[in-house]
Parts: sequence; structure tokens; C-alpha cells
Amino acid sequence: MFPLLEKTIHEAPLVTAFAFVGAVIWISNQLAHHLTRGRIAGSAIAVLAGLALAFVGGALTGKTKGLADLSLFGGLALMGGAMMRDFTIVATASEVHVDEAKKAGWLGFLALVLGTILPFIVGVGVAFAFGHRDPVTLTTIGAGAITYIVGPITGAAIGASSDVIALSIATGVVKAIMVMIFTPVFARFMRLNNPQAAMVFGGLAGTVSGVSAGLAATDRRLVPYGALVATFHTGFGCLLGPSILFLAVKALFG
Amino acid sequence: MVIYGTALLAACYLAGIAVGEGIAVLIGVKANVGGVGIAMLFLIVAQHYLQKRGLFHIDTAKGVTFWAMLYIPVVVAMAATQNVIVAVRSGPIALLAAAGSFAACIVFISLLNRIIERAHIASAALAPTSDDHDPASDLSVVPDHR
Repeated sequence: MFPLLEKTIHEAPLVTAFAFVGAVIWISNQLAHHLTRGRIAGSAIAVLAGLALAFVGGALTGKTKGLADLSLFGGLALMGGAMMRDFTIVATASEVHVDEAKKAGWLGFLALVLGTILPFIVGVGVAFAFGHRDPVTLTTIGAGAITYIVGPITGAAIGASSDVIALSIATGVVKAIMVMIFTPVFARFMRLNNPQAAMVFGGLAGTVSGVSAGLAATDRRLVPYGALVATFHTGFGCLLGPSILFLAVKALFG
Repeated sequence: MVIYGTALLAACYLAGIAVGEGIAVLIGVKANVGGVGIAMLFLIVAQHYLQKRGLFHIDTAKGVTFWAMLYIPVVVAMAATQNVIVAVRSGPIALLAAAGSFAACIVFISLLNRIIERAHIASAALAPTSDDHDPASDLSVVPDHR
């Protein structure tokens, strides 16, 4: 009986992932409904549950892909990978009201600029406070605070060592997870309840994974507006990181 | 046909990512520049064009909205595949840099959003609805004449 079930699951990883995620979301919705009386969105609990499961998976296997490193749950890597994430994000554009998005195009750009420069300054400042003085190290850690993709790309471009690049990736991953968890918590404070606010949020909070999960947990109708801006974040960061930002750090500390 | 919608979505996705790669090569950046955002714009334009000509049937819409509805499950799967261990075990630099930059961003988001609310640039707050609302069902009752 058991080996039979295991064989079936191993031969259909993606289908298993659909069933598994469905169960996780069902349990989360029940918890949200009965335990918090709908005050916390079911999707917020589901994202948190996903992160907790990722921790369990990582602790069990010592690898990097969370629960997907357990062979039973390998399908999660495909279902939650960049291809499916981006495909479903593009699909949410079908719900965009063009007039709403047009109203805030320039705001999105302003948020994008701020969302690149602010984290960079904070990242460089923290690295400086911990005794780093080398412009390459400072820039790489600062870039990691933008997103976990900007960090390593910037680091590789300016010749940072691999431990510094690993640190910058860790910084970006921690930030993405913080955005996922705390966006619904601070949604009211951020006035995150309309499409334009979501565009400002998408530009400033950056990381597509953080923004998409954070908005999904807050109000899924805001997702396309935030994602529309956030998807430019990594490219913009990779453009500025090894160029203007590195030169600025070099001029200051070099 | 539902597949027309999914195929349209796939075509927009591929075209957008390709343009994003093209921009990256042009400006010498090693990451896709806004490919997903550009794909979203393509889909918005294509859908608008087809709707105006009455070619965007309800079945076609379903082929797109099914994937939009799958968005949250995909995000949950994505959360379950994050490298949470590295995040938890990272030293104080990663933690402080991440927390600090997130805090700075929250403050600026709050500030900007309060300003645009006052200046009436922002739309009114969305009314609450359930998570599972299928936007394709709207298309059948309210024809889009924009």
C-alpha cells in the first residue's frame, strides 16, 4: 500500500503539489475563519505556513529549496518556481483597470528610484557599522538589501568575494521574507488599500517574491498593480548597482 | 475556447520576457529588465483590443483568469520553497540591513500614500470582497465597452 502510494506521488510531482497546496490553503482558511474570525486573511496564514514548511524542509535536508528538497514535495519547486510565478502574475494583469494604473505611472517610477536608493544606503550603512570599509564589499551588501538578485549580480560585476556575495544574497532573502510576513501587518499604516498605493508599495518594497506574496496576503486585487512596478525593480537595481551606486560608494569610502 | 485565452497569456508572457531580455542586452544589464511588467502591458493591450472587437469571449477570458486565480496557490508554493534556513541563520549584518531597509521603505510608502490620498491622486479604498471572486464572471454580466 505505502510503496504504491509513494510510486504514484513520485511519478506525478506537480499534481501532488497542487493537492498539497490546496490542502494547506484549505486549512489556513479554516484557521482564519474560526480562530481569528476572518480578521487575518486566509492567504496570509497560508504564506506563513508555506514559510514554516520551508523551514522544516531546510532543517531536514540542509539544502536550499525548502520543502521542495524532500523528494515527496519536489513538485513545489516547479509550481512555486519563477516560471509559474511570473506566468500567474502576468495573468493577474487581466484584472488591471487601465485608468487606475495610468494615474500613478510617475508615482511608480519615483517609488522605484526610492526603493533602490534607500535600501542601498541602509545596507551600506549597516555594513559600515560592522567595520567593513572596502567599497566592493559595501556596495555588494548594499545591493543585496535591494533584492537578492541585485546583490550577487552587482557583486559578480565588481569582483566581490563569494562569502560577501553569499552575505548579500542572505540579506535579500531576509528582506523578501520580511516583506511577505509584515506587509499585511503594516497594510493599514501604509494606507495600502487602493491601486495607486499598491504601485507605490511595489516600487518601494522591491523584490517580486516579497511584493507578490505580501500583496496576496493583504488583498489579491492589489497584486497586479504592485507587480506591474515591482517587476522593474530587479532590472533597475542591476542597472544602478554596479554603475552609479558603486561609483558613489567608491567616491565616499575609496 | 479556453485554450485561446491561455495561449494569448503565454504569447504575452514570452513576448514580454523577450523584450525584457532585449532591453537588458541593450543597456548592458545581466538581469531581465521588467519583462514581466512588459508582458502585463501586452496582455492589457491585447485584451482591450479583443474586447473592443467582441472577440474576447467568456471562454477565452476563463483561460486567462484561471491562471490569475492560481496566483495565490503558486505564491504559497513559492513560500514553501524559500531558503528560510539561510534567512534565519544569517548573521546580524543581513538581519539588520534587511530590517532597516524594510523599515525605511515602510515609512516612505506610508508617507507617499498619505500624500497621494490627500492630493486625491489615489482612488478610493477598495470595498471588501472574498478572496475567491472570479473576475471572468464579471465579464458575462457587465460587457466592457471601454
